[in-house]
Order: sequence, then structure tokens, then C-alpha cells
Amino acid sequence: MYFDSFSEFLNMGGHGLYVWMAYGLSAVLLIINVVQPVMHKRQLIKEQMRKLRREQKTS
Amino acid sequence: MWKTFVAWFHRMGSPKWFYEISGRWIPWFAAAAVLLIAVGTVWGLAFAPADYQQGNSFRIIYIHVPAAILAQSIFFLMAIAGGIGLIWKMKVADMVAKSCAPFGATMTFIALFTGAIWGKPTWGAWWVWDARLTSMLILLFLYFGVIALQSAFDSKQSAARASAILSLVGIVNIPIIKYSVEWWNTLHQPATFKLTEKPAMPAEMWMPLLVMVVGFYCLFAVILMLRTRNEILEREKRTHWVQGLLSKES
Amino acid sequence: MMNDATPRLAQKKQHIIRREEGMQVSSWHAFTGTLKRDLLLVFRRRSDVVNPLLFFSIAVTLFPLGISPEPDFLAQIAAGVLWVSALLATLLSLDSLFQQDMADGSLEQLVISPHPLAVMVLAKVLVHWLVTGLPLTLLAPMLAVMMFLPEEGYSTLFLTLLLGTPTLSLVGAIGAALTVGLRRTGVLMTLLILPLYIPVLIFGTGAVVSAVNGMAVAGHLAIMGAMLMTALVMAPLAAGAALRISLNG
Repeated sequence: MYFDSFSEFLNMGGHGLYVWMAYGLSAVLLIINVVQPVMHKRQLIKEQMRKLRREQKTS
Repeated sequence: MWKTFVAWFHRMGSPKWFYEISGRWIPWFAAAAVLLIAVGTVWGLAFAPADYQQGNSFRIIYIHVPAAILAQSIFFLMAIAGGIGLIWKMKVADMVAKSCAPFGATMTFIALFTGAIWGKPTWGAWWVWDARLTSMLILLFLYFGVIALQSAFDSKQSAARASAILSLVGIVNIPIIKYSVEWWNTLHQPATFKLTEKPAMPAEMWMPLLVMVVGFYCLFAVILMLRTRNEILEREKRTHWVQGLLSKES
Repeated sequence: MMNDATPRLAQKKQHIIRREEGMQVSSWHAFTGTLKRDLLLVFRRRSDVVNPLLFFSIAVTLFPLGISPEPDFLAQIAAGVLWVSALLATLLSLDSLFQQDMADGSLEQLVISPHPLAVMVLAKVLVHWLVTGLPLTLLAPMLAVMMFLPEEGYSTLFLTLLLGTPTLSLVGAIGAALTVGLRRTGVLMTLLILPLYIPVLIFGTGAVVSAVNGMAVAGHLAIMGAMLMTALVMAPLAAGAALRISLNG
């Protein structure tokens, strides 16, 4: 461990705001990039299932 | 060796095969990505020594550099996949090319944004018309162009081909742009700040960086496969195997 | 009946022969044919020549009004302002490159003709340059006077525009070809093309600035020439491929 205490770790030698802002925003963007295709797949399957059911009803 | 490669290449062209194999690969890549990025982040944030000049703000490097590397190699992959789709009319290649663009743009944006944040404590300004930052900004515009062109066409095939041409033109232009921007910057202001002109990093500094770069590549692989699978589901929804797959899921 | 039919048959045969000869017309003839046709069309629609020039003049006029009329200050930004305005004027004129031909169907004729499409695209780009790039280059020194560009910069400004505007027309043709089949093209084409114009802008402005500062400009001009040659070889091919895609979709 490079830092002596947890508060020092958060403070980052006075640069805490910059470091945590950079990491925080990147984490948010990465999570969005993972969640979006997963949600999109769910939506695609739901749509497709609805269409299938409708076709089965009419036939 | 060559024959097995060609056979693999041909099988890769089948959406069904890609869907099945990527389904098996995703968990492994996802686990590797989570593990590597977690280890790299903790290592880089808490254990790596601070830079003797920049202090702790240098820890931003552990996302800035992987994002910048990914931003460029994703554009490269997008152009190659687009070219393969254009020449051999391979559907999967088209879909891979399309799936590259959003994550590539995100990586470029992260590289720019973290660069700006890093610039504030280091250079005293959020934005500097540094050659590398500027060429990254132009790369972001190129990504936006490809995404905009993708969504402008009604036909998926035309969209894929048009953006393949645009990304190939972009790949030819990227070295020219980089060279000219670097040249322009040295003319206007002598290189006052250069990230590269630091003494070579000690191992305990670059090891976490390496871990992060590999982790980012794994994450990219996961997202690329997820997006490509969605494209396959959407475009092949009329086929028998997708319908069968759907009835199994419900 | 026979007397009547024979000459008609002969006529028909000759017609067919002539058509076959027509098929074998060389690429050079395809080039000059497209060139002549497009020049004639432009001659009939003279606003296509005048409008970009007007845009160029107005855009340049905005800078002294918007920033400062101070001669020393204008002299500093003159090269950049002239180049950026020339770039935007070229960009706005690109719509006319394929749009008209798309609307009247002659673009499809070009695409299905047996001649290499790149050659005919090159002819079209040449016409586009003759009616926009060349007039812009000729007009620029006059506007440079109004922008107080130092005297040492004039010849370089002229030369860089002479070398740079054909590159702009060539690269722009790719964007115009990619978007020709779409309904709303204006902003999209700007988004696609402007990033690709940046190297031309940097070297064009850089050369003029060096000339004003009394430095050598041969290096800049050589690089601009190299960019022109690269674009000359690759852009017509890329634009041709893009046209085929746009017409299919």
C-alpha cells in the first residue's frame, strides 16, 4: 500500500478531485456500454416473442 | 496451418456459428475483464508509487492510456472488418464493423476527458492544443461520422457498405492527420509539455498499466460480441434457427 | 416490298455496328464526354459558379466584423480565415456534384455504362474544381487585400489554394457520393468530410504563415502536392464505389 491512511488515499495528495472524477466518469461510461447491449437484447427478444405469438394466433 | 485458418475464416462468416461460439466465449472474457480491470485499478490507485513530478494525479494514466490505445485499435479493426465485409460480402464482418463504432467512440471520449482532467493539475489548463489531444479529438469526429452514416441509411446492407468505405478512407487519413497535427503543434508552440518526455517508468508503475490494457481489450471483446449477437438476432430473425432459439428462451 | 425492306435492314445493321463501336469508345472519350456535358450544364446554371464565391466573400467579411477590424490583428489571422472560408465554400458547393444527376437519372446511366466509373467521377470532380476551386483561388488575393495579408504571403496563398482546392474537391466527392441517395444530406456530409479536410487546412495556412515570416515554403507545397496526388489516385475509386452503394440502397 502506497498510502498511510484511507483519508490520504481519498485525498490523493490534493489531486483527489481530479483522479476520482476521471475514474468515476470512466466507470459510468463503461457500465453504460455493458448494460446497453444487454438491455437491447432483452428488448429484441421481447419484441420477437410478441410477434411470434401474434402470428400463432392468426394462423 | 493456412488451411485451418481459411476453414475458420469461412465458418466465422456464418452468423449461426458466430452466435454459438461467442455465447461460449463471453463468460470467460467477461470474467477476465472484470478481474484484470479490478486488479489493475486497485494496483494503480493504491499500490503504485506516485510520480515524482506529477504526484498522485498521474494515476489517471491507468485509464487514459488504455482508452487511447483502444480508441485507435478499434478504429483499425472497424476498417478491416468493413473491408472484409465489402470484398467478401461477409455478413458477420459487417455486423462486427457496426458494433465497433459506439465503444470506439466511448473510448475516444474517455481518453479525451481523462486527458483534460489530467491536464488541469499538470498543465494548469483543462484543454491544451497538444498534438495528441487534437488528433484524438479528430478521431472522435471520425467515429461520429461513421455512426451518423450508419443510421442515415434505411437498408442495413447499404449502411454497412457505406460506412465501410468511410472507415477505410478514415484509416488512410489517420496517419496524415496525425502527422499534420503534430507538425502544426510544433510550429505554433514549441513542445512545452509532453507526456512522453518522462524518464522511463519503473516496473511497479507500468505493470498495472499493462494489466489495465489487457483488461480493456477483454472488455472490448465482450461488448463487441454482445453487440454483434444483437445484430445477428435482429437481421436473422426470419431464419429457422433464430426462431428455434427464441422459443427455447421463453 | 423487298426494295423497301433491304435498305431498312441495312440501315438497322449499320446502326447496330455503330452502337458496337460506341461500346468500344475508350476511357479517354468517356472522360472528355462527361467533361463536356458537365461543363455545358454548368454553363447553363451559372448560379452554381457564383454562389460559392458569394459565400466565400461574405464569410470572410464576417471575421473583421465579428472579431476586430484592427489591421495588425487581421494580418495575423488572414491566412486562416481565408483558408477556412474557402474550405466551407467548397463544402457547401459539393451538393451540386452528384445531386442534379441523381434527380434526373443520368447518374444511373453513368454507373451502368461499361466505362470505369472512377474515370467519369474524375471528370465530374475536375468540372467541380473548375467552377468552384479555381474561381475561389482567383478571388482569394482580392479578399486577402481586405484582410491586410502582408505582401509576402500573396503568391504562397495563391499557390496553396491552387494545390489545395483540387484536393478538397476530390476528398469531398467521396462524401457527396456516400450521401447522394439520402434525403437530408447537408449536415451529414459536413460531419463526414470536415475531419478529412484538416491536413489540407493545416498545411495551407502553415505555408502562408511561413511565407509571411520569411521562411521557406517549398516543403509545405511539396506535402500539399503529395496529398493532391494521393487524393487523385484514391478518391475517384472510393467515390465510384460509394456511388454504386448509394444507388443500390
